[in-house]
Amino acid sequence: MVKDQEFLKSKASYCLDLAKKMGATDASVTVGHSISETVNFRNKSLEASDRSDGLALSIETYLGKRRSSISSSNLLDENIKTLIEKCFETTKITPEDEFNSLPDKNLLAKQISSLNLYDETRFENDKKIKYLKDLEEAASSNKQIINTESSFTENKSNFILANSDGFCDGYKTSSFTTSCVTVAKDENSMERDYEFSSKRHLSDIKQASDLGNKAAEQTIRKLSPNKIGSEKISIIFDKRISKGMLSVFASAISASAIARGTSFLKDKIDHQVFANSINVIDKPDIIKGMGSQNFDSEGVNSNTLQLIENGILKNYLVDTYNGKKINLQSNGRSGGTTNLYFENGNISYEDLLKKNSKSLYITETIGHGSNLVTGDYSVGATGFLVEDGEFKYPVNEITIAGNFKDMFKNITLANDLEFEYSVNSPTMMIEGMTVAGK
Amino acid sequence: MSNFFNKSDLTRQDADKLVSETLNNCDDGELYLEESKSESILLDDNKIKSSNYSSDLGFGFRAISNEVVAYSYSNEISKDSLKNSSENLKSTLKSIKGTYNHEIPKSNKKFYKDINPIEQKTLDSKLEVLNKVNEFLRKKDGSVKQVTASFAGEQKSIEIIRSGGESLTDVRPLIRFNVSVMLEKNGRKETGVYGIGGRQSYDDYLKNDNWKNVCEEAFRIASVNLESKPAPAGEMKVVLGPGWPAILIHEAIGHGLEGDFNRKKTSAFHNLMGEKVASEGVTIIDDGTIDNRRGSLTIDDEGTPTERTVLIENGILKNFMQDRHNARLMNTRSTGSGRRENYRHIVLPRMRNTMMLSGNQTQDEMIKSVDKGIFAVSFGGGQVDITSGKFVFNCTEAYEINNGKIGSPIKGATLIGDGPSILKEVSMVGNDMMLDPGIGTCGKAGQGVPVGVAQPSILIDKMTVGGTKL
Repeated sequence: MVKDQEFLKSKASYCLDLAKKMGATDASVTVGHSISETVNFRNKSLEASDRSDGLALSIETYLGKRRSSISSSNLLDENIKTLIEKCFETTKITPEDEFNSLPDKNLLAKQISSLNLYDETRFENDKKIKYLKDLEEAASSNKQIINTESSFTENKSNFILANSDGFCDGYKTSSFTTSCVTVAKDENSMERDYEFSSKRHLSDIKQASDLGNKAAEQTIRKLSPNKIGSEKISIIFDKRISKGMLSVFASAISASAIARGTSFLKDKIDHQVFANSINVIDKPDIIKGMGSQNFDSEGVNSNTLQLIENGILKNYLVDTYNGKKINLQSNGRSGGTTNLYFENGNISYEDLLKKNSKSLYITETIGHGSNLVTGDYSVGATGFLVEDGEFKYPVNEITIAGNFKDMFKNITLANDLEFEYSVNSPTMMIEGMTVAGK
Repeated sequence: MSNFFNKSDLTRQDADKLVSETLNNCDDGELYLEESKSESILLDDNKIKSSNYSSDLGFGFRAISNEVVAYSYSNEISKDSLKNSSENLKSTLKSIKGTYNHEIPKSNKKFYKDINPIEQKTLDSKLEVLNKVNEFLRKKDGSVKQVTASFAGEQKSIEIIRSGGESLTDVRPLIRFNVSVMLEKNGRKETGVYGIGGRQSYDDYLKNDNWKNVCEEAFRIASVNLESKPAPAGEMKVVLGPGWPAILIHEAIGHGLEGDFNRKKTSAFHNLMGEKVASEGVTIIDDGTIDNRRGSLTIDDEGTPTERTVLIENGILKNFMQDRHNARLMNTRSTGSGRRENYRHIVLPRMRNTMMLSGNQTQDEMIKSVDKGIFAVSFGGGQVDITSGKFVFNCTEAYEINNGKIGSPIKGATLIGDGPSILKEVSMVGNDMMLDPGIGTCGKAGQGVPVGVAQPSILIDKMTVGGTKL
């Protein structure tokens, strides 16, 4: 069983008391406990089981404007004592930084509403095994599938965040995650693809056979790919890739990147940065949401933020420290976004495919080709050539490139948004990018 | 060396007994105990932004029978906790019986010293270096707008207890020093990053004010990029410089030669053993035995001494990299390549220091032979799709080559190629093999481990460059 609030609270207050006793002017502490159980399958038989049981503690101590931190997995009182001593000794010789402080007291979360993020259901390993058997049975029903690997993970976590201003709260969360990776082969090529489902509640997890079938189908259609020539072409990003554009956007509007001046979106508040049909929202209070939270990692209350309104940048993601640097109040985004999404566009998926006589539909990108300072983007990609709304043939060993500043302004979104993950996007089309191939 | 039993109700005798009892009917497995101490100190935006110390302690208990691996970890080293783990392993493997293999090779060679780098340099003197870096770069040129510098240090002690009570231990130091600088000129911003590190003390790397060289290199890369033009798009010849660009070898070839993907036949290389996979003159090894290198290990995370494994010899595929589990199932021996990020993770076959050996041509000859192409000197990161064999990596410093001459710098572009065929496109191998500066971390299945790479300059006849200029 995951440790209860009382245990975590007692450890947290032990830490805070000790830090105060040593002379810390302020302190904050997070204590967490997490238990995970994973079962792995391969080619319809059990391959591995994995159980993890982990405690984690992190403490920050302040002496005026001086701050340092420690973290540990060893929660024995004697060890905590040694660590806090070490932490405070370090704090004393760390230079002052005028922006160091605990969050503003009146921004701290006061009322914790239930977001239904915890499902106490135990899904025993035998049941996981049964689920994965069904999943792989479906995934391997086509003879072109030569390898299947799948896993099911159940996680239960609990945490307490406490600080010397009296904040002390936390809550339990759970997650159930299942994934399937399949390999298909024909006389020309071998290809891999995947499908996964991750939910707070067990009952929301996709049917095993649906997941297996989807993974297999997505893999088989990639067989015998072609390389295409280098050209400018309109690119359609499958939902699983288009949500990545939101993650790039989120990194570029974090107060830390803005304060350091290392973002291509610095000084762009109230400027047009996306096409004027685009709206981006970050909503922390979605019931059972994968990214939902009652407060951020500093205890600051987080409300829904409209980040982009009709293409115009309205808010940065602000934490206490970086907020002070750029004269903005924390908006409860220490630790980043919560449930981030593009609002639906007004064209159907089918019409988006037909919008140009020829486009490239991307299902996977590889590489780390996003430069947040300049906005330059260049990654390896695989996908399909689409002509007159029809998938013609698979394409690989190509790259796609552009600059986010231009790409964001040339986005068209379909109206097929679903809330599956913590970041969600409809299918997306961007015009004017370059493909490098033959 | 850590004593894992002096603060616990668990005695060594209890542990030995429980390990032997649990693994009695299994093919392999062990109890892995780990204690790590680490620090990171970061200067950013003219200030010491953070100073973090972390200590971690825990065990991972593994039992293997046939193809099934059961694993359980906890960060509480106690009688109860180990018993719970044992029960968990037994319940997974209840219907599968094996025969324990007690054999594990021995060596008394060590490739680094038992030091704790964190304790060997005072916090004050680390802060002093970081502040000097900041001052030096900001004074150097008015275009410097942002400086980030960091120290990261670690000491990891491990003990492996096998069935029958055999115990194997290792103490591993690791440090890294990194500088990143952002320049702004005429409205353009560009970043340059450089770092050094390995398994010695901070001062072994920083003596003679070596931090200045790190600053100069980061500044040089950023300055080059300020002048960069859009990169070309399409297939062309590529000359790679020596050293760190060997992450091409790591991505294109290395991952595909790891034992697990080949046992499962999901690697594009699984049926190519003994075949020609590279041009003549191309020899690639994976070596865990170079003194003090980031990717070196005295023993791997299963207790096997590391070695110098020949992967490709003169173009022919010779060996895969193996841990004990995959080696047993493929009827071969472990190459000492079994690694894990820490006790929370299972062992996987991984790379150590992956190197292409020197040939006898010069970089000059390569450049002169290219009519139109690019010269890539430094890279960010890379990634590979093991199954299709397609891999990418991102240039952070590269130039055009026109009519045998190096031209303007070009913007960061992704290069993409096909692992099993790329090394057949290597038409020249340089005589200038160089090790990377000690900065690599390899990710696989969510686990990061420190690695090294090395190569001479090479000429690749055909690769796709992912620029924007058609």
